Amino acid sequence: MAPERTRDIELRLLVEAIYLKYNYDFRDYSGASLKRRVRHALIQLKCQSISALQEKVLHEPGVFMQLLQYLTIPVSEMFRDPGYFLALRQNVMPILRTYPSLKIWIAGCSTGEEVYSMAILLKEEGLLERSIIYATDINPVSLERAERGIFSLDNMHSYTENYQQAGGLKSLSDYYTAAYDGALFDKTLRANITFADHSLATDTVFAETHLVSCRNVLIYFNKPLQDRALGLFHESLCHRGFLGLGSKESIDFSAYARSFEALSRAERVFRKL
Amino acid sequence: MSPRNWQQALAAHPAPIEALVVGASAGGVSALLTIFSGLPANFRLPIVVVLHLQDNRRSELAEVMGRRLGVTAKEAESREQLQAGTLYFAAPGYHLSIETDHSLSFSREEPVYFSRPAIDYLFESAADAYGANLAGILLTGANQDGAAGLATIKQMGGFTVVQDPQDAHVPTMPLAALELHQPDVVAGLEDIRALLIELEAA
Ligand SMILES: C[S@@+](CC[C@H](N)C(=O)[O-])C[C@H]1O[C@@H](n2cnc3c(N)ncnc32)[C@H](O)[C@@H]1O
Repeated sequence: MAPERTRDIELRLLVEAIYLKYNYDFRDYSGASLKRRVRHALIQLKCQSISALQEKVLHEPGVFMQLLQYLTIPVSEMFRDPGYFLALRQNVMPILRTYPSLKIWIAGCSTGEEVYSMAILLKEEGLLERSIIYATDINPVSLERAERGIFSLDNMHSYTENYQQAGGLKSLSDYYTAAYDGALFDKTLRANITFADHSLATDTVFAETHLVSCRNVLIYFNKPLQDRALGLFHESLCHRGFLGLGSKESIDFSAYARSFEALSRAERVFRKL
Repeated sequence: MSPRNWQQALAAHPAPIEALVVGASAGGVSALLTIFSGLPANFRLPIVVVLHLQDNRRSELAEVMGRRLGVTAKEAESREQLQAGTLYFAAPGYHLSIETDHSLSFSREEPVYFSRPAIDYLFESAADAYGANLAGILLTGANQDGAAGLATIKQMGGFTVVQDPQDAHVPTMPLAALELHQPDVVAGLEDIRALLIELEAA
């Protein structure tokens, strides 16, 4: 075996340092994306090397919080992949309607776009009032933004398109008012949403749920960590509960391949067996 | 640039090539069809391609290319291991990377030069994964994506090829590449096609 390259050693040490000091576990994240994020952070945080960044991270919690903004990839959209929300509307909501109360977990919710999309969908299906939504992420800055529910007005055009393709019954603008240079989403949408810090890498199940939506998070995990996360979802879901994943994520080659059936394979909606 | 021909350049490369990455944008489909048209059905190298397309959810690119070229072509899937004799195409809407264990991975970070997939993501990760055992080709296109990635391939010891800007449907991308580094080969599509056949025979 060739000796490891210095940069790879440094990266491993940085990730280990973050884990030991802050209990954020990036050890099982995909290397290519992680390296790219760290390289980007080095430039922005003006560090000469990963070792120099590690020293700062260990001694200055504020720098760690800044680094976390690069590592977590807070990139999202409302009604991202509209076909997914359409599949939920057509195939999942009719069954959820048979429950007197609902618990929904949005794991890796980032800045909240997916959460408000889900709340709008539930509202239009007459289910929002009886639902509790848990919106979790490891990035406190993203969670705070999610809770505020203000998104850039510039994006409303493309979000409106997504919303319509997702089978939206009204007009997206019915749900927000223009304020502070942004689109401020209706407070009643988030009346039943609990935003919470929760890591799929280190935390355990906190509630029994009927639907888990975890999208564009597992793509950043290696197989063992994907299995850990899927295990949490499996444990959290009630009998015959639903699981929605991102369009490039699947349970097919996971340890849970036989624990779910596909409800809509194309839209990555699964149901617990 | 010195008129060193591609045969000499390839012969001078000190390491065997184990994978090929290709980036193209505007005018890319016909350029790709040309350079791959000499590939035998049982070609040896894994080839991974990023072609800029509209951010549609589904694309028939792999299917069409496979059929037209008579080779195994497929849209890349998350976590799959690269196989010899397969032509992989990045899926629309996601960046595509090659991991150090030679598997493929996706990410959904911001577009680069309005493009997702971005050629830079593929090239930079491939350079990290394959080092000197990689060849990278950058073809026609109307933006600067791929120029930095190709320079990284060179920097990590890999073999780099840029389509001759005069031969390119849109020269912006090749020109951007030439501004960042001196590649091993600058050539037209026909020469690149011949170079791929030679690579295969090696
Ligand atoms: C690309 S965003 C996806 C946002 C949204 N779900 C979507 O599809 O648009 C990925 C999110 O996963 C979060 N994340 C990363 N690692 C996590 C972990 N171990 N547990 C929970 N969330 C995590 C990141 O903080 C980030 O907000």
